[in-house]
Amino acid sequence: MATGDTGMEPVLSVRNLSLEFVTRRGVLRALNEISFDIARGEVLGVVGESGAGKSLTGTAIIGLIDKPGRLSGGEIWLKGQRIDNIGHDGLRKIRGRRIGMIFQDPLTSLNPLFRVGDQIAETILTHMPVSKAEARSRALALLTEVGIPAPESRIDAYPHEFSGGMRQRVVIALALAAEPDLIIADEPTTALDVSVQAQIITLLKRLCRTRGTSVMLITHDMGVIAETADRVAVMYAGRIVEIGPVADVIRHPRHPYATGLMGAIPALGAKVQRLTQISGAMPRLNAIPAGCAFRPRCTVAIGKCAEAIPPLVPVGATSARCWLHETPVEWSASHG
Amino acid sequence: MFAFAIRSLAQGVLVLVTVAFIAFSMFRFVGDPVVNMLGQEATQQDRQELTERLGLNDPWPIQFARFLGDAAQGEFGVSYRQGRKVSDLIKERLPATLELAVLSAIFATGLGVLLGVYAAINRTGILSNLIMSLSLIGVSLPTFLIGIGLIYIFAVELRWLPSFGRGEVVRLGWWSTGLLTESGRKSLILPVLTLGFFQLTLIMRLVRAEMLEVMRADFIRFARARGISDRSIELSHALRNTLIPVVTIAGLQLGSVIAFAIVTETVFQWPGLGALFVNAVQFADVPVMSAYLMFVAAVFVIVNLTVDLLYFILDPRLRSGRRVAKGH
Repeated sequence: MATGDTGMEPVLSVRNLSLEFVTRRGVLRALNEISFDIARGEVLGVVGESGAGKSLTGTAIIGLIDKPGRLSGGEIWLKGQRIDNIGHDGLRKIRGRRIGMIFQDPLTSLNPLFRVGDQIAETILTHMPVSKAEARSRALALLTEVGIPAPESRIDAYPHEFSGGMRQRVVIALALAAEPDLIIADEPTTALDVSVQAQIITLLKRLCRTRGTSVMLITHDMGVIAETADRVAVMYAGRIVEIGPVADVIRHPRHPYATGLMGAIPALGAKVQRLTQISGAMPRLNAIPAGCAFRPRCTVAIGKCAEAIPPLVPVGATSARCWLHETPVEWSASHG
Repeated sequence: MFAFAIRSLAQGVLVLVTVAFIAFSMFRFVGDPVVNMLGQEATQQDRQELTERLGLNDPWPIQFARFLGDAAQGEFGVSYRQGRKVSDLIKERLPATLELAVLSAIFATGLGVLLGVYAAINRTGILSNLIMSLSLIGVSLPTFLIGIGLIYIFAVELRWLPSFGRGEVVRLGWWSTGLLTESGRKSLILPVLTLGFFQLTLIMRLVRAEMLEVMRADFIRFARARGISDRSIELSHALRNTLIPVVTIAGLQLGSVIAFAIVTETVFQWPGLGALFVNAVQFADVPVMSAYLMFVAAVFVIVNLTVDLLYFILDPRLRSGRRVAKGH
């Protein structure tokens, strides 16, 4: 496999995943041949602008795509088990138990009418053969672990009695409650105060490292990715345009879009007059141009870019989907 | 919580006093009680004596205070038409109306919530669509038409159920109930269906709409992502959130079911308060009318108070007094 410095089987393996929306005006392809692996304990960052398909990829993995969306191709493997075709009940047993999810807004993620302890215990009881008392003591331990002060009294509090940051800690406790192998964190800090964001990310990283839990961290905050992720996937218009170790992608981005993204990160001490800006906007799903979707905004496009979609090819330590780095022979040997 | 209860109570009292003032004004504007009581033949002196004795020469604030005092004790004077105490008349009629209204409310809310939840969960099912289409009829048909239709089918054509009256009633102290005899129970069915049908369809449509709304909420999505079973999500997570707005509407509807059973009682010649009121209006029987007005107001105030308190049980966000976690 492309990843796996340990040589172990990846926790999550997504192969050529495609997703489309069937609308009255035709079929819109929202995800195109997404392929990536996440190794045990690894943090994969997924970046891209709104509408690139980051959240959709996470939602597709956990099987929560709403109609009219549907998977139109590809496979999703979780520790050697294929999970994209196991049906409603099969997926339900995997959700929470083997893949945990954290959503963007902690204020709306918790049921306002249920005590937080009961919500955690409910998740544990759903997935594990333990008594109610045992579930409650585990809930208490989790609340302690995520850093809720005075957990013995807070366990019986309602969500509205917590601040935003504290609620996101509860949400993290909920996602970890049944000890999943993988956490999909969909913009876990976007809705939070800047001062709290770092704490939440640090907490998430620490908890997952001690448990060996893998993380798929969806965000548009490159700073978070740089600090947290081991590898990063850059998405654009429903495709992965570059994927590789985070240091390489940040220092030597190979895809022009990734280059633009990295150029937009402000850095302390760097003598830069202006941050770069990628002109134009990402195309709508019903108006994706032929060839490379980034071509209209690309400053280094060549004639070939308008004709065909470039394959994802290895360039140095990373892989990029750009005709400027065309080395098809190598690609077909190492990517499936 | 305590402060909230006190405030609700104070508001309720204010409403009652306001309505009492309207009821009190009726005596001054609808006919002359002295003429009503003494008849045409009385002398001028008789009239003056009675006016003095009834306190009608006192300034109106004093009369109003006296009216309030009496009303608080349930006394509304003597019916012009029947010559009996209004409080006795109401006591006599109240069980019939309450029995009818409470059964209708149970029928409407119970079945309404059940069908609403079903229609929300199986949104595209054939049965759901059938229920929704039928409910349109319930919302749009006037009550008297439903009553007459039911009488035609079940009393006239099929001859299964009686078309009017309460049947045999059993007296338990001052209360009379039709629930303990077969004819009493049979007599209840059609009026209960008639009175409850509109509320049923209303509550059902409300529950369905609210539930569909709640099912789109983030916390439902998060519960799914945690692997919680569909049944638990629908019947526990979603339903409890659905019920909060439904309780408000259902509560107000229950109030109107008790207060405005007039049409149903008229159609079925049901010996309840509604029928009493209709008769009172025909004869300008002001004491009965004002008593009925006060009764309706009291019902609404009590129901509203109950709904307010129910909120506290259902929605923890309203229970204040707990500290909120500060700092991160």
